Amino acid sequence: MIPVIRRILRAGIVSEPRPEPAEAVELDRLQGEIRRILGRALAIRQVDAGSCNGCELEIHALNNPYVNLEGYGIRFVASPRHADMLLITGPVTKNMEHALKTAWECMPDPKLVVAAGDCACSGGIFGESYASCGAVERVIPVDARIPGCPPTPRQLLAGILAAIGR
Amino acid sequence: MRPKTAARVMKFFDEPVEFEKQPGIGAPVWRGRAGGGAALQAFAAAVRAAGGRLAALWGSDERPTAGCFRLHAVFGIEAGHAWLALDLPPDLFCPDLSGIFPAANRMQRAARDLVGIDFEGADRRPWLRHGGWPADWHPLRHDIGEPAGFANQVTDYDFVRVGGEGAHEVPVGPIHAGTIEPGHFRFSVVGERVLRLEQRFGYAHKGIERLFAGRAPAEGARLAGRVCGDSTCAYAWAYADAVEAACGASPPPRALGLRALMLERERVANHLGDLGARGNDASLAFGLAQFSRLREDWLRLNARLFGHRLLMDCIVPGGAALDLDASALSLIVEQCEAVGREVRALRRIYDEHAGLQDRFLTTGVLDMALARELSLSGLAARASGLILDGRAHRQGYTPPPPWATLGVRPASDERGDVAARAAVRFAEVAESLRLLRELAVGLPAGDVRAGLAPAAAGAGLGVVEGWRGEVIVGVALDAEGRLARVHPHDPSWQAWPALERAVLNDIIPDFPLINKSFNLSYSGADL
Ligand code: SF4
Repeated sequence: MIPVIRRILRAGIVSEPRPEPAEAVELDRLQGEIRRILGRALAIRQVDAGSCNGCELEIHALNNPYVNLEGYGIRFVASPRHADMLLITGPVTKNMEHALKTAWECMPDPKLVVAAGDCACSGGIFGESYASCGAVERVIPVDARIPGCPPTPRQLLAGILAAIGR
Repeated sequence: MRPKTAARVMKFFDEPVEFEKQPGIGAPVWRGRAGGGAALQAFAAAVRAAGGRLAALWGSDERPTAGCFRLHAVFGIEAGHAWLALDLPPDLFCPDLSGIFPAANRMQRAARDLVGIDFEGADRRPWLRHGGWPADWHPLRHDIGEPAGFANQVTDYDFVRVGGEGAHEVPVGPIHAGTIEPGHFRFSVVGERVLRLEQRFGYAHKGIERLFAGRAPAEGARLAGRVCGDSTCAYAWAYADAVEAACGASPPPRALGLRALMLERERVANHLGDLGARGNDASLAFGLAQFSRLREDWLRLNARLFGHRLLMDCIVPGGAALDLDASALSLIVEQCEAVGREVRALRRIYDEHAGLQDRFLTTGVLDMALARELSLSGLAARASGLILDGRAHRQGYTPPPPWATLGVRPASDERGDVAARAAVRFAEVAESLRLLRELAVGLPAGDVRAGLAPAAAGAGLGVVEGWRGEVIVGVALDAEGRLARVHPHDPSWQAWPALERAVLNDIIPDFPLINKSFNLSYSGADL
């Protein structure tokens, strides 16, 4: 056990990276924004309404030690009932239309909705079809859009923060 | 049409169906026509008896070119893949293959939803169609038009009920607690024990197959690379292989080396992400932090060298969309060394961490016989002792270039549990890092792209060993050389039913760990 703990500690200390200085200043400023506006951590509920999973991979990356989203007062929650913001990916498939509407109805006001990725913004490469409603705004009101296929973690972070700042 | 001189007639398992080798340099594929439904069934049974797999199955409206609807079935056999087509009668009756290969069940239901093929005596519940379009409207028929004025309805699904005292159902999804794709799981439980798990999918169905129709083959690549975002290289490569076989084009050797570089980088990126997430599932948050940092370094180098973090749109029919110079290749070699060192250290920590091994060992077991019965491929199959890897030599099988000269060593583990799937990931990261170094050092000189001449009514099948398993793309061109039908097939079609079985000896709280140990694709199979 002791060697294991020693390894964990050693590896942990060696590799824990710090954000680059310019990045850190920017994030501090935005964290201040969140506190000023919400007075607590921002709760995000992510909903995949039919994406290819590319956008999800980049949303996962928001939690890596480089971006460290939680460290700046933003966290992902499990229920739309606890969410300040829905972060939605993918074109909204016909088969997800009802589930997405239900999630939106469940969330408390002010119901911030951010469309993440080209598909969520405009329907993207999948567009509108017999199986796809297209852009998120075709199904529920959208407050902010983050284009990209997929958007990078930095673009996602900037887009989420811009949406709160509105 | 293919030149007669390239024809090499083959028969398998003493069955009467004659096969011809697909031209080109992709994975070995034999194409044949079944004389009738009985011949298809007999061939399928012979494949099953020989320990082979049902690799893919789809329906196709080929009235414009062949005057009929067709069923396509691809079987994984020792020598590679046998692609069998069956002309269907006007009533679209087709024999049910699910009695021979259970994996056929969902594929047949999708073929019924999308094309309207009627599988005699088979499970008739819709699969991809929920309530978004009428039951008698089949999107992949060329002359079907649009389902005018149809309101999207919420539909019930006929789950299999489990009776008995104390048994109750726990529904989960389609929206999950976490950043995960949509799908529905219905557990039947007594206390905490899972008696049955039944999946209902199709939530990510966005009509991809229909979108291919009518596009130029070169244009389809972007779409193929977005069937499943975590496997964009595998899909783009399989699609390119299929188009190249259909058009009789051969990508230059340097392009094949670059494709392999990208595919292995995709494999490592996904395995790094998964190994971190499995640590986290078992309460080792340290593992997540470490592996997600490595993954981020990996993706940043992708962005720098390839212009895209996930490598989308880098593989195109005819070759590769970009080239790497010597300094880029040496950066790849350096990164492989650094990441290899760190992963070896992390593996020791995982292996010695009692709490983690306690969660991993004997959890979510899938045995080899079941893996074979369910036609599994890829990582999950290898973690259940089935040594199947399209990149590696095996008796009677030579992998396509560039793998043939690399001597790929497939990883395997016979335990079939969460620990085995983690161990296979670790072993595959190590092997991929070795392959990446060899590919980077030995990349042949020359062009990275060959021209594609349009080919009327050509057809091709591409098979690529992606990080999750075997990715297959079937392509058929119309009389003008445009895409008439494209069917992308994800290994998750076969592996999802395996998950239903792997949870049966465990309790619901272990489900997230077991589910993610497979990490299957929703989008890839929902299409
Ligand atoms: S925007 Fe791109 S990455 Fe995101 S879901 Fe759409 S196709 Fe996939």
